[in-house]
Amino acid sequence: MTDRVHLDRPRLLHLLEAMERIRLFEAKCVELYQTQKILGFLHLYDGEEAVSVGVIEALRPEDAVVATYREHGQALARGIGMDVLMAEMLGKVEGCCRGRGGSMHIFDAKKRFYGGNAIVGGGLPLAIGVALGDKMQGREAVTVCFFGDGAAGEGEFHESLNLAALWQLPVLFVCENNLYSMGMALGRAEVDTDIARHAGGYTMPAEAVDGMDVVAVEAAARRALEHVRGGGGPAFLECRTYRFRAHSMFDAQSYRTKEEVAAWRDKGPILRLTRWMTETGLLHAGDQAAIEERVKAEIEAAVAFAEAGTLEDPADLLKFVSMENVPQEGAVR
Amino acid sequence: MAEKTMIEALNLTLHQEMEADDAVLVLGEDVGVDGGIFRLTEGLIETFGESRVIDTPLAESGIVGMSIGLAVYGLKPVAEMQFSGFSYLAFHQLESHAARMRWRSQGRHTVPMVVRMPYGAGVRALEHHSESREVYFAHTPGLKMVIPSGPRNARALLLAAIRDPDPVIFFEPKALYRSHREEVPDEAETLPLGEARIVREGGDITLIAYGAMLKRTLEAAERLAEDGAEAEVIDLLTLSPLDDATITSSVFKTGRAVVVHEAPRSFGPGGEIVARLVENVFYHLEAPIRRVTGFDIHVPYFAREQAYLPDVERIFEAARETLDARA
Ligand SMILES: Cc1ncc(C[n+]2csc(CCOP(=O)(O)OP(=O)(O)O)c2C)c(N)n1
Ligand SMILES: [Mg+2]
Repeated sequence: MTDRVHLDRPRLLHLLEAMERIRLFEAKCVELYQTQKILGFLHLYDGEEAVSVGVIEALRPEDAVVATYREHGQALARGIGMDVLMAEMLGKVEGCCRGRGGSMHIFDAKKRFYGGNAIVGGGLPLAIGVALGDKMQGREAVTVCFFGDGAAGEGEFHESLNLAALWQLPVLFVCENNLYSMGMALGRAEVDTDIARHAGGYTMPAEAVDGMDVVAVEAAARRALEHVRGGGGPAFLECRTYRFRAHSMFDAQSYRTKEEVAAWRDKGPILRLTRWMTETGLLHAGDQAAIEERVKAEIEAAVAFAEAGTLEDPADLLKFVSMENVPQEGAVR
Repeated sequence: MAEKTMIEALNLTLHQEMEADDAVLVLGEDVGVDGGIFRLTEGLIETFGESRVIDTPLAESGIVGMSIGLAVYGLKPVAEMQFSGFSYLAFHQLESHAARMRWRSQGRHTVPMVVRMPYGAGVRALEHHSESREVYFAHTPGLKMVIPSGPRNARALLLAAIRDPDPVIFFEPKALYRSHREEVPDEAETLPLGEARIVREGGDITLIAYGAMLKRTLEAAERLAEDGAEAEVIDLLTLSPLDDATITSSVFKTGRAVVVHEAPRSFGPGGEIVARLVENVFYHLEAPIRRVTGFDIHVPYFAREQAYLPDVERIFEAARETLDARA
């Protein structure tokens, strides 16, 4: 497998479709939220699609992924079925986590997708352990750990960077720097807003990349992964991006101006790619409409699957707490 | 007097006590510019400035540890955890330092700090955003554990907690943040920590609850009344130190008791309360004491949140069984 990004038309259309799937899936989730089919928290990835798509494009099936509560993008990009994902969002037993995880706690053992984690920074030490386990057991796999800029404030971030570098573990850290942790602007939270530089302090190669450019993200991920796969220890990728919507479904957004959001929207990853493809003649009339049509059909099918699903029998809620109450058919692997 | 939600009532306490006492300060994630994740600290930064209303990075251990440092030198920090489920990152600081400072220094250092956190179900989000782990703190010697049940007592208890010379964990039932309004006097008032309240008198059975479960317990009491049994309902308000006297004298009188909480059952607050009743009023009990609690599971996703929580029916049934039991 080569570590270069091929930029022919089919590949670019593929990247575009991968991002559209996330964008449109979430737009449907918003509708379902408004009709109260989805409740609670719903952290949208609108604007950040290039990060998960670009990085996950560069992964191999045996690699592991650790994500955050804003992980619909990672889940879809990693190949978790849209149908089981949608069922999960609606809390249905047919969902990828029996409807127990919902939006924030998506897992998939077969895909080595280790969550979905509601605790900021909570995934980092887990990723270190997964990578150490792979290394100890001689598996040639990389663990990719996604987290936000806010996580850089937590102690677990620093513990994990040090551990990974100290033991030269096969980890790719991916910081989704969208400039805010909830209402907190990065510049008010970090003494050095150049997050990649934090990683440099732990002696690992670290690069900041334009997180709105899916091709640039993929290329940077491939460079970083080449280093990690070559046994060089961990690498760090800071993807500079922006969240177009509120932190969860609603917040007052008093921490930023409408103009700021509009300016970023104009630099959004889907626009960015389609503009460039148009300029270079790689996007043909009807391409985008065809993608949208395909994705919308997939979404409709996923919604139908989810709505036809069932809620967990309350008596079953006692299952899966510990081994003793795991049902015999052994759904946990 | 004005009708206030719990959010407004707690906000009033912070405003008034920061006005009254320069040593009081507020810190946490998004408590300043953004006015707090539940908008509870709204307006504070405008009034008291950035030096007393401190927006911190995401660093729970740092927030609590720093508060301890501020407190040992005479300040009165009121720290916020956005959800009680995030306080686990700060648990070390609470357990290893806040709780022990007075002990280790033989009283020379004290930690007059409050850590506020919303707890319990109520926002239809799972696990950390809905759980009820008050025992972690109530189990720790040196920490006080307070849980109000309405706007007025929340306001009075928070003030008492801020003025208390020891670290207080203040759990706010988020389900009640905006659920209803209550008359809250304009002038500051406090309620003593460590005192439970009898909120309904009755001679047939004692129902013990706190926080968001109080309302359901009172509703169950009304149903019992329709059924011919008068329940006495106790609102604990402080879990630690527990008000033995109030509980004991009530059950001494009624001979029957049910404890209600949304925390998981095993090793939950109910276990401790029942143990104390057994120690103190065993010979006056007419029936086994029952517990109506959350299950020994993690709080489920929205569709099954209510299945997890004790409801009026379960409380009523448990009380009925207790009343019907023959010793
Ligand atoms: C330990 C912890 N503290 C606080 C929170 C509440 N919270 C959820 S998301 C969030 C902001 C995180 O920002 P960032 O890491 O930049 O990720 P983003 O939401 O921007 O993707 C906060 C404060 C949490 N979930 N976990
Ligand atoms: Mg962020």
